[in-house]
Amino acid sequence: MSALIYILIAISVASVFWQLTNVFNLKNEIATEQNNDQQGKLMFAFMIWFYAFMIYCLWKYNAVLLPDAASIEGEMYDSLYNVTMLLILVVQGIMQVLIFYFAYKYRGVKGRKAKFYVDSHKLEAIWTVTPTVVLTGIIIFGLSVWIDITDISDLEDPLLVEVYAKQFSWEARYAGNDKELGRGNVRNIKGINTMGVDMTDKNAADDIPVRELHLVKGRPVIFKFRSQDVLHSAYMPHFRAQMNCVPGMVTQFAYTPSKTTEEMRKDEKIIAKVKNINKIRAEKGEDPYEFDFLLLCNKICGASHYNMQMKIIVESQEDFDKWISDQKTMTQLVKK
Amino acid sequence: MSNHHKETFITKYIFSQDHKMISKQYLITGIFMGVIGVFMSMLFRLQIAWPEQSFSIIEAFLGHHQQDGVMNPDIYLALVTIHGTIMVFFVLTAGLSGTFSNLLIPLQIGARDMASGFLNMVSYWLFFLSSLIMILSLFVEAGPAAAGWTIYPPLSALPQAIPGSGFGMTLWLVSMAIFIASSLLGALNYIATVLNLRTVGMKMTRLPLTIWAFFVTAIIGVVSFPVLLSAALLLIFDRSFGTSFYLSDIFIDGSVLHYQGGSPVLFEHLFWFLGHPEVYIVILPAMGIVSEIMAVNSRKPIFGYRAMIGSIIAIAFLSTIVWGHHMFVTGMNPFLGSVFTFTTLLIAIPSAVKSFNWLTTLWKGNLQMNVAMLFSIGFVSMFVTGGLTGLVMGDSALDINIHDTYFIIAHFHLVMGVSAIFGMFAGVYHWFPKMYGRMMSKTLGYWHFWISAIAAYGVFFPMHFVGLAGLPRRYYMNTAFPYFDDLADINIVMTIFALIGGTAQLIFLGNFFWSIYKGQKATQNPWRATTLEWTTPVEQTHGNWHGKLPEVHRWSYDYSKPGSDVDFIPQTVPLAEGEEPS
Repeated sequence: MSALIYILIAISVASVFWQLTNVFNLKNEIATEQNNDQQGKLMFAFMIWFYAFMIYCLWKYNAVLLPDAASIEGEMYDSLYNVTMLLILVVQGIMQVLIFYFAYKYRGVKGRKAKFYVDSHKLEAIWTVTPTVVLTGIIIFGLSVWIDITDISDLEDPLLVEVYAKQFSWEARYAGNDKELGRGNVRNIKGINTMGVDMTDKNAADDIPVRELHLVKGRPVIFKFRSQDVLHSAYMPHFRAQMNCVPGMVTQFAYTPSKTTEEMRKDEKIIAKVKNINKIRAEKGEDPYEFDFLLLCNKICGASHYNMQMKIIVESQEDFDKWISDQKTMTQLVKK
Repeated sequence: MSNHHKETFITKYIFSQDHKMISKQYLITGIFMGVIGVFMSMLFRLQIAWPEQSFSIIEAFLGHHQQDGVMNPDIYLALVTIHGTIMVFFVLTAGLSGTFSNLLIPLQIGARDMASGFLNMVSYWLFFLSSLIMILSLFVEAGPAAAGWTIYPPLSALPQAIPGSGFGMTLWLVSMAIFIASSLLGALNYIATVLNLRTVGMKMTRLPLTIWAFFVTAIIGVVSFPVLLSAALLLIFDRSFGTSFYLSDIFIDGSVLHYQGGSPVLFEHLFWFLGHPEVYIVILPAMGIVSEIMAVNSRKPIFGYRAMIGSIIAIAFLSTIVWGHHMFVTGMNPFLGSVFTFTTLLIAIPSAVKSFNWLTTLWKGNLQMNVAMLFSIGFVSMFVTGGLTGLVMGDSALDINIHDTYFIIAHFHLVMGVSAIFGMFAGVYHWFPKMYGRMMSKTLGYWHFWISAIAAYGVFFPMHFVGLAGLPRRYYMNTAFPYFDDLADINIVMTIFALIGGTAQLIFLGNFFWSIYKGQKATQNPWRATTLEWTTPVEQTHGNWHGKLPEVHRWSYDYSKPGSDVDFIPQTVPLAEGEEPS
């Protein structure tokens, strides 16, 4: 019975639509004077909506953005970022007004003749040269930051850490007292030696495999990345750091943490963010959350790509020394 | 070519060699693929906004890839992969370029057809075959390709790593190989036609910007698509014949694989050598279409015609030397990163010139607010919003922290996704009378535009913030990290806009198919344009013009020329006595 009602409804809707189409038939499908006026005004209204929406987003979603960088290189990153974003917002602000205002202002009116304006070398020179000058500045600034971040030859007493990615977890290995990592290859994977460390390499003996990353405030850290199976990407947004982990090769990235985990937890922006998060979690009946630095996988790697976790803790040298002395070296582990 | 061929149903509608029919075939196939692609995005947006909640629509469509209305992570990745593939290649390359290059090149240069009607037909049918295979791959037991539309190995090479890399991936590769063959045949045809078949008086400097855009796009396609073909072939070798072009030192499922010495980074180079020019293959035709429609509807010449051509060529050239900006954090040498940053940011210059020239074209115009014009204005707005954030991605240093986050998704959806789609819609509304001899409903068109424009910004503007919050793309859900719990609201807002925007496309579909049969009958030159396609009869004939081909006496932008009573002078009208060529 209900099926019959549905069919009847469908038939009546279809016949109403068919009747409506007859109305369209009588109409001129080319924009009329009235359409020009109406649509031009809608362009203006859209401009207002779009600006309101942009401002709303900038205000409302400012709270979710990453806090200030927690590394020295990240601070350089932030200054470049701020300059670039400011430039983008200013140009965006001006361009969108012009687009929609012109669309409104010059909406068609019968009898008005458009201005026959073919070319102006002066104008074109202005808008070729201005972006060129601005871009030159951005490129120079950008490249200087890029070189500072990627040049790791002059780091003093760096901590050397291997980060090892696999479906779907992270492992890590510290270089130990000799400050050299032993070679690794997936062909050496066996039992407890899950990272495939080559135990015939003398540098490997004192390497320290771990399941969480501890970093020292103010001490540079050089990461060496390897992957066991597919591409992964080690992404540490708070440090403005990212590098792919590529099977068959070793990649690297370095930065100097500038804030400890404890200091970050006292950062105003983090406090506000965590408070907001915990409000949402409480509504869902979930445990409260405490801030920790993130290591995320940022290259599609399979079903659990979204859930590759490893804790990063930034602390003082003393706390770090205490922690690392509790960890077992490769030799101690493999011999057992 | 005579007009008196006896056409059977099969030669007229199916194996047609008439460029106008082939153009419609491309458009309809493109629209069909677009429906699938957009629908997929609506499904995975549901999962992003309401992770692991049950939806009957998911239960209805995803078969054994879901449980009780919750999609599983593998099919989520497959959906984003196929969505990207379909939208980039099948809709915005074949659907956009295939439709309008085919329709407009012969008509606007004054030719009876393409240089080779036969190759043109083969090109379409190869595209059809590749679409068919791509659709078939959706029904593979283990699911379709799921390694992302960029199909980076080893993930795309190893079925152990993700189920979609089994037979689904094989079909993906076969489909793309056929697609590339189709696209090359089309491109060679476009180039040959533009160079050889222009009518009397149609100098290169009198071509409408549409033709310039299609011509340069075809050249980029010929230069870059073969490289993707070789990348795909080597991947097929790695997958099926045990070679190690891209694979080395892999331990998976408890054992070491035999691969030794290859590098996934090699694949990334080959992929992006096509992949980056590809975004210009997508956007340049849209730019050409928008330039033309803006001039017609502003009743003004396009401002800076020569600068527009120059910037198309500059963009095309630069597009082939910037691919490395997709690879700043792949372990590529940092010095190379610097070089690619430099070349990449240079693209902002011709892009800025184009944007300012469009603005100046609007300035002091007499804007006819036809639906095509609204979409063209929308195009410029989206292109500017999306293009500006390119300054962040293109800068190697800044790319480090936003690479592969939602920020890049927002960027490219605005600058090449929504923009190119708007360009395509503009083209459809504008040239529909030429294709079907009828007009589309403007009332429905207005609704279509305004809902689409609001929804597009509603989805993609807030998305920048999700990326700047540090959330990686291609996450099945972000609740595994409580740090991202405060993104729940924003994700719901975006999904609601996406559902509205996706549904609003039904207005277009209804309008399109209804107007084919019931639309108001078109007049010969409804938009009062100067270009040659509007000198052909409304009733189409194979060969385009009865009798002799038209002769061209002027460029294509004589709108509102001083000293003339009418506000447009068709290209076929000889210069009046004492009239200066523009």
